[in-house]
Amino acid sequence: MTGQATSLRGILKPRGTAPTGAGATSRRDDWLAAPLNVGFWLAVLVLYATFSALVWEPVFGVAHEADGYLSPFYAPFVSGEGFPAWLSPALVTLWIPIGFRVTCYYFRRAYYRAYLADPPACAVGEPRIHGRYRMENALPFILQNLHRLFLYLAVVLLAIHWIEVVTSFFPASGARIGLGSVLLLADITLLTGYVSSCHSLRHIVGGRLDCFSCSTINRTRHGAWKILSGLNANHMVWAWASLFSIVLVDIYIHLLALGVLVDPAIRL
Amino acid sequence: MTGPRQPGEAGRAVTVVEPTEVTAASGPATAGQVIEAAVPAEAAGATATLRVFRGEAGQDTRFEDFAVPVQEGMVVLDALHWIQGNAAPDLAVRWNCKAAKCGSCSAEVNGHPRLTCKTRLSDLDLAEPITVEPMRSFPHIRDLVTDVSWNYAVNRTIQPFTPPADLPQSEWRWQQADIDRLQEFRKCIECFLCQDVCHVLRSHETERPFMGPRYLVRTAGLEMHPIDQADRRPYLKELGNIGYCNITKCCTEVCPEHIAITDNAIIPLKERVADRYYDPLRWAWRVLRGRLPELPVGRELPVFPGGQPPAASADPQADGSEAAGTSPPERRDEPS
Repeated sequence: MTGQATSLRGILKPRGTAPTGAGATSRRDDWLAAPLNVGFWLAVLVLYATFSALVWEPVFGVAHEADGYLSPFYAPFVSGEGFPAWLSPALVTLWIPIGFRVTCYYFRRAYYRAYLADPPACAVGEPRIHGRYRMENALPFILQNLHRLFLYLAVVLLAIHWIEVVTSFFPASGARIGLGSVLLLADITLLTGYVSSCHSLRHIVGGRLDCFSCSTINRTRHGAWKILSGLNANHMVWAWASLFSIVLVDIYIHLLALGVLVDPAIRL
Repeated sequence: MTGPRQPGEAGRAVTVVEPTEVTAASGPATAGQVIEAAVPAEAAGATATLRVFRGEAGQDTRFEDFAVPVQEGMVVLDALHWIQGNAAPDLAVRWNCKAAKCGSCSAEVNGHPRLTCKTRLSDLDLAEPITVEPMRSFPHIRDLVTDVSWNYAVNRTIQPFTPPADLPQSEWRWQQADIDRLQEFRKCIECFLCQDVCHVLRSHETERPFMGPRYLVRTAGLEMHPIDQADRRPYLKELGNIGYCNITKCCTEVCPEHIAITDNAIIPLKERVADRYYDPLRWAWRVLRGRLPELPVGRELPVFPGGQPPAASADPQADGSEAAGTSPPERRDEPS
């Protein structure tokens, strides 16, 4: 590069000829399918999570714990003592995974496209309401930068959750391998994959280094960074799989609590 | 000229139109009209209808349809060349290498930003007209050519490669592991498809400039360099406005070099900006230390033979792999 360095301030891009208005595009493929699909499933899972955490037990009296299994929405376990009956103890910790997912780089992309149409799809026009675009430069979306705060908390929560899952194999009645334990183990494995593939974690572990080979510690961090980078390539898959698994395990435990299902288990 | 024709009719060349007569005789064509020309008999076979954006900036623009004989392995740029050679010699198309390495022939094919030299006709539905438009994010010049000079203006604002001033280039040392990720960024051919598809540049009239994915990639390549000394995070936050990017990954989807722009360049840069401005633990740590200067994150230099790790550069004219610019380097360990 040659020439005098200048300030970018003031160098606004001249206007192009892109068609304006919601959905304006020359694309002929079914570009609307992806945001509709993502938007639908995200809404279903979020509504179910809200129902399970806030309505199922306080309103319908269906326990969130059955046969030694605790709903992942309530993990880590928080005693309901001292809580008013209408208030779900899930709220004590649920804000952490919610905050982690809301600020997650993958889910940001998903809901920006599906719900804000910003953009609805690549090379597709947007609604005119985005005229004064500032996005993550200003409130409220500048708060997305707090993703790493939720990451720190989520890692702690995940460790406690692992302890609970292991404990589910050893209830007071004696060791067992129950379907519930296996489902919880699958769920925590997917959650661990989701957290481990986090872009912020990848950065903190090694991405922020400029020189990977400069010291033994840096070389170790580089090795970890490469592993996390491999996981990160499938962050979207981990995100969806862990979201579905939480809901499925929660439904299973509530069905146990309702007496609809009996947990098949091998007693050791 | 004839009316619309069906696929498969191309080789017969029903009406011969001299190239120079095409536009003069027909006037501005409209969608649905097909401009034809003499077709060699050996080219008989399938036909593709290319609906090409025509016109000059400031004048009425239009789409013109051209029936083009299809040959095996043909790409959209081949079809445009056929049109130039047989039907519309005044068609303006920017191209150079025809090997997906010069980044000149960027356009929008059926609404998708693509290199026309890398878009095979066999991958497109030839039953429908193939729409070819210029990159819509940039000012139009003529036909398929746009003015992309704004991109070069942005490029000149980026702090160039800033090695240690007192270390001769012969003493630079690093390992392959240090530059693996940088080599991905160096694959960029500056086709500007990522800039074209970026919705911030395409659909929004922002109050402040946004540098766009291409230059976030370049900045990432400089920031992550093992001996680069500059700290471009204030630039990224305040001038490049990296916060405008809401990581919708369209840039990654269109990159013909398959650079993971969002995951490997933009998000890591956002994280580096967060390191400096938004990390609650680092912020608390700085407060506890009485707002002492920020730790020199990422400034771990290799151990150089024959001496101590060099001090950061104060000389912007240092011998860089990219010609040094004239802006003063910022120190990575400056107080925040």
